[in-house]
Amino acid sequence: MAEVVSLNNPSVKTGLSTKLAAGPRGKKPRPMFSPRNIMVYGALIFAAAYYLLPLYVMVVTSLKGMPEIRLGNIFSPPLEITFEPWVKAWSSACTGLNCDGLSRGFWNSVRITIPSTVVSIAIASINGYALANWRFKGADLFFTILIVGAFIPYQVMIYPIVIVLREMGLYGSLTGLIIVHTIFGMPILTLLFRNYFTSLPEELFKAARVDGAGFWTIYFKIMLPMSLPIFVVAMILQVTGIWNDFLFGVVFTRPEYYPMTVQLNNIVNSVQGVKEYNVNMAATILTGAVPLIVYFVSGRLFVRGIAAGAVKG
Amino acid sequence: MTGHANAGRPNQLLRNLHSKIASIPMILTAVVIFLGGTLWTVFYSFTNSKLLPRLTFVGLDQYERLWSAPRWLISIQNLAIYGVFSLIFSLVIGFLLAALMDQKIRFENTFRTIFLYPFALSFIVTGLVWQWILNPEFGIQSVVRSLGWSTFTFDPLYNSDIVIYGILIAALWQGTGLVMCLMLAGLRGIDEDIWKAARVDGIPMWKTYVLIIIPMMRAVFITTLVIIASGIVRVYDLVVAQTSGGPGIASEVPAKYVYDYMFQAQNLGQGFAASTMMLITVAIIIVPWAYLEFGGRKRG
Repeated sequence: MAEVVSLNNPSVKTGLSTKLAAGPRGKKPRPMFSPRNIMVYGALIFAAAYYLLPLYVMVVTSLKGMPEIRLGNIFSPPLEITFEPWVKAWSSACTGLNCDGLSRGFWNSVRITIPSTVVSIAIASINGYALANWRFKGADLFFTILIVGAFIPYQVMIYPIVIVLREMGLYGSLTGLIIVHTIFGMPILTLLFRNYFTSLPEELFKAARVDGAGFWTIYFKIMLPMSLPIFVVAMILQVTGIWNDFLFGVVFTRPEYYPMTVQLNNIVNSVQGVKEYNVNMAATILTGAVPLIVYFVSGRLFVRGIAAGAVKG
Repeated sequence: MTGHANAGRPNQLLRNLHSKIASIPMILTAVVIFLGGTLWTVFYSFTNSKLLPRLTFVGLDQYERLWSAPRWLISIQNLAIYGVFSLIFSLVIGFLLAALMDQKIRFENTFRTIFLYPFALSFIVTGLVWQWILNPEFGIQSVVRSLGWSTFTFDPLYNSDIVIYGILIAALWQGTGLVMCLMLAGLRGIDEDIWKAARVDGIPMWKTYVLIIIPMMRAVFITTLVIIASGIVRVYDLVVAQTSGGPGIASEVPAKYVYDYMFQAQNLGQGFAASTMMLITVAIIIVPWAYLEFGGRKRG
């Protein structure tokens, strides 16, 4: 080691001195306020302001009282901060008949999202594992149908699913909706897991096979512990996707099980009564809060998830 | 890979049995729901099903009725306008943002977080926020008017001629961050030497982008295009939240037509015919792409 250093050092030195002698190389350090920088950052900041504006308007509106909203403009900060709209949105906003606020929708969404996420990921990861490591005849055909199916508009498949669920006695129930989310999450998740498991070194799998491990042993003892990051990506994808779903919630559940998005839409777009814009905006933020928190906490993993899950639309 | 290569040739079905059992959900979904469900819907679109599916065939009646329904024609027109502008603007804005982000800037993570957060929100939330911002009584219109320009009019959600653009604004806000991310990944995939060579040749930056970089990013553009396009055909929640199809039927879209006829108007046949048309629209987008992307290399 020491020899290498002593051998290398002189050449480094000479290299450095010739470089210095030849004058500065590489990129010229840019001054902070060059016209180019001002344009780039100016454009970026302008765009960022545009993207942040709706969030700002939501928050500001939700903290104002109705009289202030009627007088002022939507961009001005609240003169008097009130949390009344938040309380009302959560516990007593009305959707047509009942007036128990968004809280019910929130808990419904929790009861839908958690099992749907767990079940869809469990099934899709096993599918992906079977496709990557235990391919059987015809597996690729089914997989192709699955991926092509991801592009078919949901509207085409909704009614047949209604019939199947009705036959099973699950139409309108939470279980039915969980099955639906599992079905429509399957293409993208299976793809995600298949690609991930394929990228793992094959020797691991072969070694385990030689040691006599079977399908499930390898899955639980080797694949699962090695794939935690991809499980997290899948989780982010599913939690935000299922929480944000509207169509399936409205088609496959009864009103008492409506998820938060459906209830939010019913509160805000209900034709009865005086429009309380501050309550509406508080309710909107509350509904957006869960995916936003997931997004801000997960950061880069979210980006990875959507890059894979973009197809889901 | 595929289990044991047994000399005795046991029953073919029992080979790799665990894998097959584990794949049952996938097989059922692929065959029963995706394939079966689609064929079922297309099949029943030739019947006069009303409240319940019935097997009385009426040929292309449902399609004739569909294409003579003003509401469907408006839906298609809206989808076309929304689709074209949404494609153009998301690609242009997404690419411009990505190009700006690729200038070795500081705070790249912060900017990306800001541009992408709307994508984490649901269409319902997006629609409701923009409904509020575009509210003529309190939103942008009233703010500009209060600044002194008293004749300023900007009420897309209440004007049937431009309502679809109001929806477009919200959709672009929600979706361009994703396009930016995909484009940025594409830009990062381009070899630094290309930039160096262009600089040595003294080609101005914008020209390098237009003449060299964009043609090199063909694959990224096509993938993005397919992603945006298949999202466009599905647009539903956004319209429901922002305008509920109004004013009148000015902002109706095909997906909403399908839902309303299947679950509200109890006219299943119309719903099936309309959803089959949606399927055809998607096929027109996907098939050429799939052919270009995968057709040349391998089959099946």
